[in-house]
Amino acid sequence: MAPPPDHRRPIKRAAISDQQRRREVALRLQADRRSDAQNRARQLASSVLSLGPEPATEPEVEPEQEMSEASGQLAGRSDFDPVRAARLRGPEVRKWFARQLMLPEWMVDVPPSLDRDWYVFPRPSGKRCFVVSSNGTTISRLRNGSILHRFPSNLPNGARAKDVSGPASSYSILDCIFHEPDETYYVIDMVCWRGYSLYDCTAEFRFFWLNSKLSETGASDPPSQYHRYRFNVVQIYECNLAGLQASYSGQVPYVKDGLLFFNKHAHYQAGNTPLALVWKDNVCSQYVLDTDSKGQIPSQQQVVLELQNDGNLTTSDDPPVALGSLSRDLIAQSGLRVGNLVRVAIKDERMRLVDGKLDLGELQLVGKTNHSRAFADTYSKVLFQHAARHAPLRIEDLVASIQSNSSMDNSQALDVEMEG
Amino acid sequence: MALEVTQILLNAQSIDAATRNHAEESLKQIQEQNLPAFLLSLSAELANNNKPIESRKLAGLILKNALDAKELHRKNDLAQRWLSLDLATKTQIKTSLLQTFSSPVSDARSTAAQVIAKVAGIELPHNQWPELIGSLLSNIHQVETHVKQATLETLGYVCEEVDPQVVDQEQVNRILTAVVQGMNATETSSDVRLAATRALYNALGFAQANFTNDMERDYIMRVVCEATQSSDVKIRQAAFECLVAISSTYYEKLAPYMQDIFNITSKAVREDEEPVALQAIEFWSSICDEEIDILDDYRSEYTGDSDVPCFYFIKQALPALVPMLLETLLKQEEDQDQDEGAWNIAMAGGTCLGLVARTVGDEIVPLVMPFIEENISKPDWRGREAATYAFGSILDGPSPGKLAPIVNVALNFMLAALSRDPNNHVKDTTAWTLGRIFEFLHGAAVETSVITQENCQQILTVLLQSMKDVPNVAEKACGALYFLAQGYEDEGSVSPLTPFFQDIFQMLLFVTHREDATESNLRTSAYEALNEVVRCSNDETAPIVMQLIPVIMLELHQTVEAQKLTSDERDKQNDLQGLLCGCLQVIIQKMGSIEGSKYAFMQYADQIMDLLLKVFASRNATVHEEAMLAIGALAYTAGPNFAKYMPQFYQYLEMGLQNFEEYQICAITVGVVGDLCRALEDKILPYCDGIMTQLLKNLSSNQLHRSVKPPIFSCFGDIALAIGENFEKYLVYAMPMLQSAAELSAHAVSQDDEMLEYTNQLRNGILEAYSGILQGFKSSPKTQALVPYAAHVLQFIDTMYGGREMDDAVMKSALGVLGDLADTLGSHVGPLISQSSSSKDLIEECMVYDDPLIRESAEWAKLAINRAVSG
Repeated sequence: MAPPPDHRRPIKRAAISDQQRRREVALRLQADRRSDAQNRARQLASSVLSLGPEPATEPEVEPEQEMSEASGQLAGRSDFDPVRAARLRGPEVRKWFARQLMLPEWMVDVPPSLDRDWYVFPRPSGKRCFVVSSNGTTISRLRNGSILHRFPSNLPNGARAKDVSGPASSYSILDCIFHEPDETYYVIDMVCWRGYSLYDCTAEFRFFWLNSKLSETGASDPPSQYHRYRFNVVQIYECNLAGLQASYSGQVPYVKDGLLFFNKHAHYQAGNTPLALVWKDNVCSQYVLDTDSKGQIPSQQQVVLELQNDGNLTTSDDPPVALGSLSRDLIAQSGLRVGNLVRVAIKDERMRLVDGKLDLGELQLVGKTNHSRAFADTYSKVLFQHAARHAPLRIEDLVASIQSNSSMDNSQALDVEMEG
Repeated sequence: MALEVTQILLNAQSIDAATRNHAEESLKQIQEQNLPAFLLSLSAELANNNKPIESRKLAGLILKNALDAKELHRKNDLAQRWLSLDLATKTQIKTSLLQTFSSPVSDARSTAAQVIAKVAGIELPHNQWPELIGSLLSNIHQVETHVKQATLETLGYVCEEVDPQVVDQEQVNRILTAVVQGMNATETSSDVRLAATRALYNALGFAQANFTNDMERDYIMRVVCEATQSSDVKIRQAAFECLVAISSTYYEKLAPYMQDIFNITSKAVREDEEPVALQAIEFWSSICDEEIDILDDYRSEYTGDSDVPCFYFIKQALPALVPMLLETLLKQEEDQDQDEGAWNIAMAGGTCLGLVARTVGDEIVPLVMPFIEENISKPDWRGREAATYAFGSILDGPSPGKLAPIVNVALNFMLAALSRDPNNHVKDTTAWTLGRIFEFLHGAAVETSVITQENCQQILTVLLQSMKDVPNVAEKACGALYFLAQGYEDEGSVSPLTPFFQDIFQMLLFVTHREDATESNLRTSAYEALNEVVRCSNDETAPIVMQLIPVIMLELHQTVEAQKLTSDERDKQNDLQGLLCGCLQVIIQKMGSIEGSKYAFMQYADQIMDLLLKVFASRNATVHEEAMLAIGALAYTAGPNFAKYMPQFYQYLEMGLQNFEEYQICAITVGVVGDLCRALEDKILPYCDGIMTQLLKNLSSNQLHRSVKPPIFSCFGDIALAIGENFEKYLVYAMPMLQSAAELSAHAVSQDDEMLEYTNQLRNGILEAYSGILQGFKSSPKTQALVPYAAHVLQFIDTMYGGREMDDAVMKSALGVLGDLADTLGSHVGPLISQSSSSKDLIEECMVYDDPLIRESAEWAKLAINRAVSG
């Protein structure tokens, strides 16, 4: 029997051998990983500035100055290497992600130029998380780094599908709040998209990108087999009177928990930042005053602080701010160790400044916090909670600030000119 | 002055090895001492009618090999050598060759014809020997029959050898006239007619102009069609071969002749001898190829502009064509399933039927179903096999929606036939058809799979049982399992295969150990199915895959330890080693990608590495390639931990990079260097001097297959990205290479698609190298070292942009390089970038591209450049 002509494959013979397939798969993986490595280098190179340790927060410093100072200072510090971070696995991933979220400070006084430099939106109530889609799956991680959901989604490379356009391992990272009642992820920021970093982009650009890109993917479609949860963007407003009004009292499809303010020019900055602020009162949030471990509002303000080896109790700011201390005897008695997070009650709620720092005076140990808690309270939170109990910052104060800003526009412009 | 070579040439064909070796040595010596004299002697020997035919033939063969070789670089060297011979020698050789035509010995004439074609292939493109065709044709009408035959044969070979562009239309007209006249029914000598018909086959590529002329085309077509009716079977076969060639070269000119061709082919398929009938079927397969391509072009959204319109010949012929093909299916041969190289009318018919189904889709189904229903239960196995074969053949093409209801009914029948039909052919085809059902009607891409949780178990039971059947049936059952598993590759945790993993592995391992596993490709199929099942494992089934590792390692160990094998056993051992390494590669990749299993897997890494290093002791190409691929996978999975294996592995890495002969190994090894870079990062530094030296050598060699060069450039990028500023010392070597390659590829004029594709691969490799180097130097104090090269990089991109032949991958890489240039060099290149046309226009253009990846690359580059220009 003669063999078939060279170019004619008998239909019963396999089109390609598994060996050929292995070869092709290996080559494709190599190409993907190369483009991955290059994208990662691009993305990490550009995010070195924002990925470093949390910057020092000094509330009295002007936002703009704060940003440039933080950038300058971070370049030299290296206790966290972002290039390695991208290769971490397992528990290390948890730690890494735990440090990647941008954490708003609490608004204790109104920043200048609120109407010109800031956005505002009503914050959805729920679990703050990082959502990462890559390699055909989507994973959401809580603030403490633990996994909330692992699921398929319409985000880029968020589900195993035959028609992926581009390397399956390039990833996208969204900053979200998971809202339980309608099982929806509300996207409040976009950090990476298809392997490209948005860390060093301004909030203005990120929100623009978020709105245009997310809608292209079908991520906002209702849930289906390969798209377990819906992703919705929240409506973001210019922080003028109308925007503030809409955010404060407008109808939204989710349960509100206060208002978030983002500085338009700020980059995505891991850790606490004064360039994102949260504010709430009883109208726009059910949870203005902190609850204790039983979910009750305690009669005295309680604060969660971290125990240092000198017995001091500090906030989670960088550098940490000491707000009090525990005696050695008490530490020994209660079996506490360095690094434990402890809940303390403020006995005497009169504020005192000692050497320019807030001193809470005698603290009463309430107990250790539960394990899922990853961080102590921040300085700004302690202040906000204190203010909320005694002299809260009211919506009227925000409105007044915006109104006075617009009337002062002229004089400010003049100032700038004169300085230049 | 001619040498006496007759005796040496005869000795070189002696049965006595010593005599033979001695003669070959002598020939080599003469050639080295005096090439012109040697070639002259050979041509004289060939032309001399008084010499024995054996020495004449060998003289011609050596002459031919002195003019041409397979490897491109050697071919070029030989051509150059011929051109540099003195004119008198060349003229005398050519005269001798032409004289040989008048020889009464047909072998001598035929050999001379081939040598002349080789000389023509070298000289015509250089405008030398312009009188050749004229002198061949000058007295074609007066010469004796055997000279005429030799002349036509030579014309055919010449057409095969030279590019149509180097022969002017005037000469083409004369060639075609002579050839077509030779084919004419009025030609009385069938030798001449056959030579002419075969010559036309090669000359068709020259006939572009003639085929646009209605009268000339009609004439050629009439002569070809008449030749299909010749009484000589060889002429009929050659004429149908011409029709096949015409169908692909001049598809768009065929409409007026299709009715006649249908009649001719269908008569040949039904009545003629097999070689002729096969060509007649091939005509229709070839028309299908054309229409599938055209319709694909219609469907692809980006181009949508096929040059050739579809004439829908297949659709029009369908009602008559399908019954004709179905008839052929009943002409099976008894032993066709055992013979892997078998090709007969039933197989050609089924293959064509499959192509027809892909061409017309749903329309074929109602035309085939009655045949299936009529024959599927016939007592004669031929009926049952043909019906099943017809069904299997049409599963690719029609929509799943059209086929699913039929398959749902047929599935149980098929499973019963596979377990119980008394005939092996029927079982073979049934298992194959099941595989086709799984391939095309099951899996994530198919909306409603015909496979359900319920019937999956039944299917598996039958398939596993059939793996104990005769080798060819078992082989098809393995193939079917492969496609069944493939459909679940994307399924994740809910795969219905999960409960059966253990049973499947057990049965497949049993198959690989069957005494007769080397028959019908059975062992290979079993390992391929095993690999596919591993690929669709998940968190839940990973532990079962893990148990497979020691088993495969033990088998590999045994092949490594095997001693004193015969060469036949050695071959089988090599095959097995290749399969086992391939299997390990798949397992490594899969276990490395499942988070929970990676740690457990790594405990085997030392032993696996140890075994793979032993496998390198084997000299078999396939095994090396497979072992290298497995090592690449292991390196990726192990990450920086792979560093401990490097001291032992390095020598094999170097060997792989030096393997020019088996260039696929070289290519795979270059890829593995990339894997190692990403795994080891700066720990690869100690090995970089050696690797870079070898890669640079490879690039400057003209012996290395060109396909390896683009990956080598990409590999520069991998190395630079891994070792960062340490790449500085290689810049002085790598950059000039990149620059000259960039220059060449930027200005390359691509004559054909293949060349264009290669040029773009090269460009992409170069761009990836630039990206890696730029990114590697980012934030280093040595960044300055790159500034002098920036202008050239930009110029490269500008030139490509101006040339308008970049494909999407190149465009994306170019945008990446623009961004990296700005990102790494910042204000140093700001002004340069502002001047570059591509940085503005290319980016703007790509911002509105359909492909989101390109769009985003453009947006990214713009961002980086804005920063560089403003900062």
